[in-house]
Amino acid sequence: MRFAFTDEQLWFRDAVRDLLDKECPPEAVRYAWVNHDGRADHAWEALAEMGVIGLTVSEAYGGLGLTDLDLVLLLEETGRVALPEPIVETTAVAAPLLEAVGSDDLKAAWLPRIAAGEAIVAVGFVGTPFVLHANVADLLVLEREDRLFALPADRATIEQQPSVDGARRLYTVDWNRNDEIPLVSGTEGWHQVNAAFDRGALGTAAQLLGLADHLLAVTVDYVKQREQFGVPVGSFQAVKHHLADALLQLEFARPVVYHAAYSMAHGLDTRSRDVSMAKCYASRAASLVARKALQCHGAIGYTVEYDLHLWMKRVWALAASWGDASYHRRRVALDVLGPPTGPSGPELRNRSAHA
Amino acid sequence: MDLTWSEREERFRDECRAWLAANVPPEPLPSGDTREGFALHLEWERKLYEARWAVVSWPPEYGGRGASLWEWLIFEEEYYRAGAPQRVTQNGVFLLAPTLFEFGTQAQKDRYLPRMAAAEDLWCQGWSEPNAGSDLAGIKSRAVRDEAAGGWRLTGQKTWTTRGAFCTHLFGLFRTDPQAERHRGLTYFLVPLDTDGVTVRGVGRLDGDEGFAEVFFEDAFVSDDCVLGGVNEGWNVAMATTSSERGLTLRSPGRFTATAARLVELYHQRAREADPSVRDDVIQGWMDAEAYRLYTLADVTNIVEGRPPGARSSLNKIWWSELDVRLHETALALLGAHGELVAGAPEAVEGGAWMKGYQFALSGPIYAGTNEIQRNVIAERVLGLPRR
Repeated sequence: MRFAFTDEQLWFRDAVRDLLDKECPPEAVRYAWVNHDGRADHAWEALAEMGVIGLTVSEAYGGLGLTDLDLVLLLEETGRVALPEPIVETTAVAAPLLEAVGSDDLKAAWLPRIAAGEAIVAVGFVGTPFVLHANVADLLVLEREDRLFALPADRATIEQQPSVDGARRLYTVDWNRNDEIPLVSGTEGWHQVNAAFDRGALGTAAQLLGLADHLLAVTVDYVKQREQFGVPVGSFQAVKHHLADALLQLEFARPVVYHAAYSMAHGLDTRSRDVSMAKCYASRAASLVARKALQCHGAIGYTVEYDLHLWMKRVWALAASWGDASYHRRRVALDVLGPPTGPSGPELRNRSAHA
Repeated sequence: MDLTWSEREERFRDECRAWLAANVPPEPLPSGDTREGFALHLEWERKLYEARWAVVSWPPEYGGRGASLWEWLIFEEEYYRAGAPQRVTQNGVFLLAPTLFEFGTQAQKDRYLPRMAAAEDLWCQGWSEPNAGSDLAGIKSRAVRDEAAGGWRLTGQKTWTTRGAFCTHLFGLFRTDPQAERHRGLTYFLVPLDTDGVTVRGVGRLDGDEGFAEVFFEDAFVSDDCVLGGVNEGWNVAMATTSSERGLTLRSPGRFTATAARLVELYHQRAREADPSVRDDVIQGWMDAEAYRLYTLADVTNIVEGRPPGARSSLNKIWWSELDVRLHETALALLGAHGELVAGAPEAVEGGAWMKGYQFALSGPIYAGTNEIQRNVIAERVLGLPRR
């Protein structure tokens, strides 16, 4: 038993952290709110060069062929800087999905380009219907009703759905059925689609950890230097308790997320349940940390001139996407407690016709 | 990362599971916080000792198996899963013992540890006083040096002493240097409760059991070898104990995952009659217990690899104590009108165990340093916020 990352994994994490500090400072996130494509300038290329974008692509197609367990810490770092890029969608979700269910031609056409950082894949799943960065995608992977297919992005008509987070460019997508490339058939195929959905939830949970970590760190710094009544506000017990609660929720979400990455990487039977727990915890923890961060900053945190809102809004957006906390708690409940006796909400993934 | 148990650990699990299955009393024992219940619990603990399961992590010369921290965790999981009785010796075994191992002289270890393991000496914690609960540095009970007799004379009062009325020994903090700063003049004493000048009076707890005691010291004499860890060093010694108390040695996750499993069972029995909204609380409680288990696996990995948690053990303490309250609140919500029934009520579910457990759980956020104190510790010592 050893529940900790290897030195290599931590080293890679540190290297990515250094790179992102340089390539994605707060100004870059702020700029992504107003520029034409909602992206940071050089971050994607730099990450691709380091192998991060192609981390899940097999070596045969030019990637690193690493696992969800290697990726989770790196996605956490992309959350820490609120990276405005569809890395969860492209690297965590689409690449392994294409590798598992794509035809040889499709794989040969797209995986090397993904690994090289030359192609972005945007995804839209049932339950997470708004397609992030469809505006800059080269390929779309879409689930609609009982179908999963790929669609070259230039065949799609997209309509923006503005998000609370201006750097998250979300779209609904329309297309001509003739342009679809069908991706899955059979039980095994749908098993892979479910795994892809789980990877989206897991990757998002990892980003939420990083976001929460950042929000807590800047708040701790702030309350140490901000003085009221002649002393730092961080010396007040009420403020201390807010931040202790924030740390508590964050630190207990962390092993839950890492454990889900382990389950995912090892294909454990409890994978979906573990991922749901992770997303539920990460969504709740990050939302709480955001709330505490705002309260402890006071009115300065309530302005858009101060950076805090960039991270808070990403938290709210990610907490709601790939299944919110209630959705995932319900999915765990179905697994642990069985079907509810009363009325239930929308259909849960893995209990659908595809399961 | 490798979240699997080794073959050796699996064998250890099988061995303790088999022994527990064959030996755990089929009916739950009466509360160990009553005089009769305490006696029955001691019988059980001596049986545990005979089979060398009382102190699995201790070295064999003191009655243990030299089990690793991982094996200890496995044992605890199996212990609670088997529904085995709460340990009435836990304050000695889980709080004093780690401190004795760290600070005790060889003579102290030889004298106290084997008898503690065998449930012959029964230890209670004498820290809190009427005006010093979570603020331990405010302790007023004093120990005055008696040069001629070669020892110390203890005077003062301890309170909220768990199972003090039934124990034989007390480990406590006494002020030995009244001139020193608040937490610098304290000394950690090991005191037999049959010492002349010591009076113990039981105090009824919230749940009606006589689990608390007040302990009065009137010029009670103890010899020099009753000092643990050096004169005026009591604060440092006590801090080592609080780390055990708040962290995982007192509250291993097995206890809460077992309670969560019982809650799930109760849900299956009661779901049809209960409000549908309780389902969310049931699953949240189940997940929170599981999260504590996972957190502990990371914690133990860190400890084993030489990264002890230090002040971060306050995070554990808040988590397990608030989790325990929530699990019981949720169970009471499932019980509805039956929730108020206690032992003796013909209609009581599980003999009123959930209300009993709820009342005990409510002590969690208070003892071992209130959760308000824990939040201050986290803010100041983990996050680095200014003290004042």
